[in-house]
Amino acid sequence: MATDRRALPHVSGVKMFRAFVLKEAKHVLRDRRSLFILLGLPVVMMLLFGFALSNEVKNSNFVVLDRAPDASTVGLADRIAESSYFTYSGRVDSEAEIASWFRRGDARLAVMFPPNFDHDLRHLGHAQIRLIADASDPNTASTVTNYATAIVAQYQTELGGSHVRPGAIAVETRMLYNPQLKSSYMFVPGVMTLILMLLGAMMTSVSIVREKERGTMEVLLVSPMNPLILILGKAVPYLVLCLIDVLIILALSYGLLDLPTGANLPLLLAESLLFIVATLSLGLVISNVVQQQQTAMFVSLVGLLMPSLVFSGFMFPIENMPLPLQVISHVVPTRWFYQIASNIMIKHLGFAAIVKPTLILAGMTLGLIAIAWRTFKQRLS
Amino acid sequence: MTEWVIEAENLTRRFGDFTAVNAINLQVAAGEIFGFLGANGAGKTTAMRIFCGLLEPTSGRATVAGFDAMTQAEQIKRQIGYMSQKFSLYGKLTVKQNIRFFAGIYGLSGQQVKHKTTEIVERLGLATAADKLVDDLPLGWKQRISFAVATVHQPKVVFLDEPTGGVDPIVRRQFWDMIFEAASRGMTVFVTTHYMDEAEYCDRVSIMVDGSVAAIGKPADLCAEHGVANVDELFVALARKATRHGD
Amino acid sequence: MAAVVVEGLGKSYPRAETPALSDVSFQVEAGEIFGLIGPDGGGKTTLIRILTTLLLADHGTAAVQGHDVVRDFRAIRSLVGYMPGRFSLYQDLSVAENLAFFATVFGTTVEANYHLVADIYSQLEPFKTRLAGKLSGGMKQKLALCCALIHAPEVLFLDEPTTGVDPVSRKDFWGMLGRLRDGGITIVVSTPYMDEAARCDRIALVQKGKIIALDTLNGLLESHATETFAVKGKALFPILNDLRAYPGTRYCFAFGQEHHLVLEPDAGGPDAALAYLRGRGHEGASLRPTRPNIEDVFIDLIHEQTHD
Repeated sequence: MATDRRALPHVSGVKMFRAFVLKEAKHVLRDRRSLFILLGLPVVMMLLFGFALSNEVKNSNFVVLDRAPDASTVGLADRIAESSYFTYSGRVDSEAEIASWFRRGDARLAVMFPPNFDHDLRHLGHAQIRLIADASDPNTASTVTNYATAIVAQYQTELGGSHVRPGAIAVETRMLYNPQLKSSYMFVPGVMTLILMLLGAMMTSVSIVREKERGTMEVLLVSPMNPLILILGKAVPYLVLCLIDVLIILALSYGLLDLPTGANLPLLLAESLLFIVATLSLGLVISNVVQQQQTAMFVSLVGLLMPSLVFSGFMFPIENMPLPLQVISHVVPTRWFYQIASNIMIKHLGFAAIVKPTLILAGMTLGLIAIAWRTFKQRLS
Repeated sequence: MTEWVIEAENLTRRFGDFTAVNAINLQVAAGEIFGFLGANGAGKTTAMRIFCGLLEPTSGRATVAGFDAMTQAEQIKRQIGYMSQKFSLYGKLTVKQNIRFFAGIYGLSGQQVKHKTTEIVERLGLATAADKLVDDLPLGWKQRISFAVATVHQPKVVFLDEPTGGVDPIVRRQFWDMIFEAASRGMTVFVTTHYMDEAEYCDRVSIMVDGSVAAIGKPADLCAEHGVANVDELFVALARKATRHGD
Repeated sequence: MAAVVVEGLGKSYPRAETPALSDVSFQVEAGEIFGLIGPDGGGKTTLIRILTTLLLADHGTAAVQGHDVVRDFRAIRSLVGYMPGRFSLYQDLSVAENLAFFATVFGTTVEANYHLVADIYSQLEPFKTRLAGKLSGGMKQKLALCCALIHAPEVLFLDEPTTGVDPVSRKDFWGMLGRLRDGGITIVVSTPYMDEAARCDRIALVQKGKIIALDTLNGLLESHATETFAVKGKALFPILNDLRAYPGTRYCFAFGQEHHLVLEPDAGGPDAALAYLRGRGHEGASLRPTRPNIEDVFIDLIHEQTHD
């Protein structure tokens, strides 16, 4: 009785997998809002960072305290004023006045020349100027003093001749790969890292948790389908989408933002693939322990995006952090991928330079896959 | 001239080219228990939403508690109570906290809120449970509190959307005791249900089929008219003629 | 061999005061429709989830088609069909796409077993390109049933499949279940609607985690010894109040066009009750013995408990 009702063609796991991937593809394509986020977010972020946002500080007001103006002091002050980073706001006659300009917020920097600046420079071979910055916003203050220092260094070089020895002021490392102090494409590795982390983890976890919320997960569990097919079937479409995002970001970087060519793109894609697998696994882990879509989104944003932002080195240099946080950053996958991506895209380095971070990232990825597999629940909790 | 608490005149609602509610006419008098029946997809939910001020009519007119559903939806909301099977009391709040919260939402003043809270607790015999979390109460108690909360502001009419789904037979009947009691105090009760025996408790019922009202009147009269023994058979006879299946 | 064997099943959820299931034992014979009837919160869903291997019980054992629900859960998952309480379909896939997907996931094709669902699916055919989310409640239920049947399960578990569905669609649905049963499929179905008990071969009344009665419907009605009277009259609500105030009443509840009255054994019988009613002004009131229905049985069983 039972036998003649049994299904005759037994369907293979591969066919189930294909059916699953096709279903996921339909979900993604039919959900306009998610599709917009998946494909549009990278574009929006690139445009924002490329044209609107910048951690450059332009047009800072500065004042000059110059007790004995001479050719050099005036020349240097003019040079600072000419740059797009500074706007000359006036003269002051005392340090107390500087303080009151800062308090009013009317200036960020004060340039103090000692008397006999020109004389010292030409006859003694060295001279000092003092830069005083309003460090109530320390990031801006250090940026601003760096700009001023760079301008001073350039001025020195121009004065040239045997009278003046090049000063001992160090030039910002940043300028080594970015001589015009252009930062509009410097963020590209950072944006790529964040996007892959966010979309890979968040969209995957939300997609799986949605099945739980809707009740379809129950039906899928009570079936002969191997749960592995479910996991892979969810991961593969998002893997493809993340790779598409990488291509979009690259297209915009080279096409719109003038990122200098010369990077090893196949290597970049391979490393991106590795990182994407890591973020997808993270998404799986989240989906295994969370019951609602909102929770998945929240955990992804707060639990993943925030630490990724902070510890990757993208916005805040890791070397400047206190030691405990530096240690923590070692276990954050984005730190390693950011390093890999920067090295390939900005410094145009090859595999030899990124062996260590690649191995670490690969190890983390395998670990995350293992955790995702172990925490997957065959039953409802 | 009877004062109608709910009145619909050629009330129509379209969604694109689909007519959910097709020029229905109905009147409900004050203090009536009115059973609003119909199959899924017949337009019941849409019509109820219009009466509750949640949806605008496409054409025709609907008046609830004297206010027009098209132009005075906000006033309607203040005059009505609403409760559904999924009516959420906040499970993690106590009974008293829930009453206070909803009383506040319905615009009762501080004094009134206090007064009402005490009154409801006493009337429902909840003195021992007043400070317990709603989640920890039996389903029957939750139902009663839901109803009390939905009517805390003494609305002219209360809309009940399948309020007795999934409960045991005794709790179901106890709920109807509350409905009878409220109606005897002058409140109009507009209730939808899938239990046909409950339809018999109503003063009048209407049955919607394919967006129109296929029958309206006293249960006993309608049954006699259609030659059937009870509302269950009446419903089957009318709903079977429906052409709308997939919507 | 019984299709489902349950022995001493118990389950408690953390932080709950009472167990969800306590000492539940029963058997379901092959090829019957077995109904789990009872209000929400009674443990029906927990029981079905344990039988479909989605939850682990705390105590007791259960087996489906001879397979233990804990050890052989994979075998069970291949041979049962399951329809959970909510509409568990993909709202953004069409009717046809849903069916094809679930067929593949269950290791078969729509063509192979179409004859099983043809009866039901033929009603859905005109809408086969419509997205599942845009169907009415009754239609969604039919589609969910097709998806649960498409792989020719030996046992079908349905958790409250008719909740929120109108009476006509409910009758249709039960008609379909009857035909499936006739085709040889064992069906375990839970429902809060007492009247659906009449459509089952055997029923278990479930309340607060326990089975309070188990038999065929007729068996339950016949063994229900409590004498019940039907009271009719003009002013039904006042009659109800008066009867409840009458000292001889054990309990009285509304039942549509009449009330069902159960008297205390030493009360003086129906004649005294009728005289009392007449005395209260209900001239046209009538009182006669009536055959109890399933709700009467249920009320009688739970009435003794501390009721709200």
